[in-house]
Amino acid sequence: MPKHQLNPNKWIDLYSDYLFNYTIARVNDREMAQDLVQDTFLAGLKSMKNFKGDASERTWLISILKRKIIDYYRKINSKKGKAEVKIAYNNDSETEGDWLEERVADPFDKTAEDDLQNAELGNAIYECLSKLPEKQAEVFKMKTIQGIETEVICNELNITASNLWVIIHRARTAMADCLKENWF
Amino acid sequence: MKKNVLFISCEEAQHICDKNQYGEANWIEKLKLNIRLIYCRVTQSYVKQNKKLSKVIKNSEVKCMDNQCKETIRKNFDKALKEHNS
Repeated sequence: MPKHQLNPNKWIDLYSDYLFNYTIARVNDREMAQDLVQDTFLAGLKSMKNFKGDASERTWLISILKRKIIDYYRKINSKKGKAEVKIAYNNDSETEGDWLEERVADPFDKTAEDDLQNAELGNAIYECLSKLPEKQAEVFKMKTIQGIETEVICNELNITASNLWVIIHRARTAMADCLKENWF
Repeated sequence: MKKNVLFISCEEAQHICDKNQYGEANWIEKLKLNIRLIYCRVTQSYVKQNKKLSKVIKNSEVKCMDNQCKETIRKNFDKALKEHNS
């Protein structure tokens, strides 16, 4: 009996945001990230018979997604290779002769390391969200990550405002406890 | 009677603190929260933890799919799932 089993009926609810966050940190294009997540689910469905059950469902889907991301970069790199890339250091005639100081990398700018840490933190947030009851996770995501107005969430989920704040309170307490160990 | 208007319970203070994280607490609520903060350690620690959570989430720049897109993916996937099962 394998340790883990696949249940594709739950994939979209359980993993779409996690996979999306993983992808957007790497491709930096919302539409492309959404396409890659969809391709991952479809590819997962096709290769379900290859799942041995050693890894968790999510790890297995991430391994498919990683391959999709690599393929995506291969594709755009081969396109780039055909185009001639010219870098103009100084096109402006008024500033001609000025040194290239402005082009020096800003040490306070975001670095690849920051991005990596953000991606890890994002994963940790989704890890903690997956431990919350479904409703709490959904309301927390809509309110905190998507920044949707209270009234809109109440209408969409058919709950009262005071209901929403109780859910948010529980979710925030659980999230803080969960993230406390590594990120606070 | 007047005392009760400005002196709130710990639960109410936490509720205001939650609202404040989303910029939805008004000035009178903030005033009530600040009064409670002076003397209540439980509120103090809750506010500290709650602010940290907001900061961590903001710094992470965590993203999630918008609902419309998720529904499109769900539709396409359900279709593929039906074909797969048949």
